[in-house]
Amino acid sequence: MLTYTIRRLLLSVPTLLFISLVIFLLLKLAPGDPMAQVPLTVPPDVKERMREALGVGQPWYVAFPKWLYQFFAVEPLHFVDAAFGTSLAEGQQRVISWQTRSPVMDIVIQRLPQTLWVVGIAYVVAILIALPIGIYSAYRQYSWFDNAGTFVAMVGFSVPPFFSGVLVIVIFSVWLGWFPSIYDTTHKVGDWESFVFQLRQMIMPVMVLALQITSQLARFMRASMLDNLNQDYVRTARAKGLGEKTVVLVHVLRNSLIPVVTVIALGVPAIFGGAIITEQIFKVNGIGHLLITAIQANDLPMVQTLTFIFAVLIVLFNLVADLLYGILDPRIRYD
Amino acid sequence: MTDSRLPEGQAGLVTTPRSQWADIWDQFKRHRGAMWGGAVFLCIILMTVAGPWIYWNDPKFVPTGRDFLELRDTRPIYVALWESSAKVSWAYPLGTDNLGRDTLGRLLAGGRVSLSVGLAAMLLSVFVGTLIGVLAGYFRALDGVLMRFTDLFLALPLLPLLLVAVLLFRDRLSSLFGPEGGTFLLIVVLVGATSWMQTARIVRGDVLALKEREFVLAARSIGTSPPKMITRHLLPNVMSPIMVSATLGIATAIITESALSFLGFGFPPDFPTWGKLLFDAVDRMELYPERVLWPGLMISLIVLSVNYIGDGIRDALDPRIRGR
Repeated sequence: MLTYTIRRLLLSVPTLLFISLVIFLLLKLAPGDPMAQVPLTVPPDVKERMREALGVGQPWYVAFPKWLYQFFAVEPLHFVDAAFGTSLAEGQQRVISWQTRSPVMDIVIQRLPQTLWVVGIAYVVAILIALPIGIYSAYRQYSWFDNAGTFVAMVGFSVPPFFSGVLVIVIFSVWLGWFPSIYDTTHKVGDWESFVFQLRQMIMPVMVLALQITSQLARFMRASMLDNLNQDYVRTARAKGLGEKTVVLVHVLRNSLIPVVTVIALGVPAIFGGAIITEQIFKVNGIGHLLITAIQANDLPMVQTLTFIFAVLIVLFNLVADLLYGILDPRIRYD
Repeated sequence: MTDSRLPEGQAGLVTTPRSQWADIWDQFKRHRGAMWGGAVFLCIILMTVAGPWIYWNDPKFVPTGRDFLELRDTRPIYVALWESSAKVSWAYPLGTDNLGRDTLGRLLAGGRVSLSVGLAAMLLSVFVGTLIGVLAGYFRALDGVLMRFTDLFLALPLLPLLLVAVLLFRDRLSSLFGPEGGTFLLIVVLVGATSWMQTARIVRGDVLALKEREFVLAARSIGTSPPKMITRHLLPNVMSPIMVSATLGIATAIITESALSFLGFGFPPDFPTWGKLLFDAVDRMELYPERVLWPGLMISLIVLSVNYIGDGIRDALDPRIRGR
């Protein structure tokens, strides 16, 4: 298992390098100029020197290793500096955003908590709702609960977030006036009242994100339970006189959860992608919102960093899913 | 080919042999969700195809002068049921937008674009997926390379890259094919090029399994060439997963196109698609919720119906469920 993990980790390095190269080359084609915002009174030769300082016009085989070095050596060192007060990265050039002229990673770290809060809570809520629905639907297959659950899951699966988001805004904040339609990220939770406000503003984005994941997970959980409920070991368990509760919730559930857990792990990067749209609807200024504004403003270093972070998430959680599968299912051995 | 004529006297005992597709159709008919989905899907297609010929208002017509003030911001006709002072008109059943353009007309025109993007992107993605899947499954030498390529695509963060790619190539293609044709081509190619991976994986798996079967061995032993082998023997046998991914591919393509339009990276402003209509209406949804609801409802309905059809086809093609 350990050797497998190490091998997979080593293998993911070339994958990530290749992905970052693809992203890099794609962005290299972009027509944007970081000097477009600089006043016209700045003489052209100064502009040219500024461009050189930002590393624009360099060929890719120079710029790409530079970016790699900045991203994988300078940025972590800066992080260490900030954490322990050392000065390892003193004077080293960091990845600079063309929009704000400040280091990209600083902005990302500012924006990350908002996304993590909304996405994380939505994911937990979705799992907590989806698993019981899936289990009960499968146990009472073709009952009215199952039919209703399957239909609702299908609807939740089909309604895109940019419509469900707008729909809940129209219903809950325009017609009923229960929740604010814009997420206030500067809000600090201090006392009970501000906590309630935080809860109220989180409900709608979480609801929209959770709806899609819930439907997918519930469908998957149901299918996985159905696969297991007809197995021989279930008949054996019943035949030796185990209670129905033990049979379903211990024997069947544990076996059905194996594929579901990997699906949960694989879904993490997807939900970050889905958060791009949700953040845009509720005006949460997380990393998805940051990405959209960076693309619109032609801020290539920012776009590159964020896209690469998304790629890292995908590769990482694929690895996690594979490892979990091996740990949970003793029939699967990778060595 | 065997002779299907039977000897005298036995004809009454044997019923005509049923084809596989008739069986599948019988099973499909039993799936109630799929039948409803199919009906809704056909209705929407019919509406968007035939609608603009029957419907009287031109979606591109922008009133000017006094007409503009009179026509803009008309509410849908049903609003009059609970709000007698609302500005409604039977000539504009779903009202008009803030420029006085007819909402129903734009909805129908937008449906044409959204559906054709969905269908075209689905065709492209199924073609690429099948090609790569068959090549990887049939030719051992290509397997490793093509599957690593597929894995690489699966590891790419697609939505951010789609947004970047739209921004990069929109202007260049617009100057070549015109703003509408260029964006159409761009979105179809981008969506198709980023959604073929699942098809490729499934097709490869099926081809790998089929290659070990006796009929393939028999075909090879009489000297069938690889291209003939693929088109005659393998492709017909992997049709079912391809059909399922094709139906689901329509849904993915429509959602992706709408998401791009919704984020402001889609078609040019005066060119309606459902996602674009939704995006344009979000700013004033407090006052005119109907402009958000109708396009959103259409997207959801079409995706829902396509998903149900996909479910039905999957069940119908699965011989283990058939006849239940």
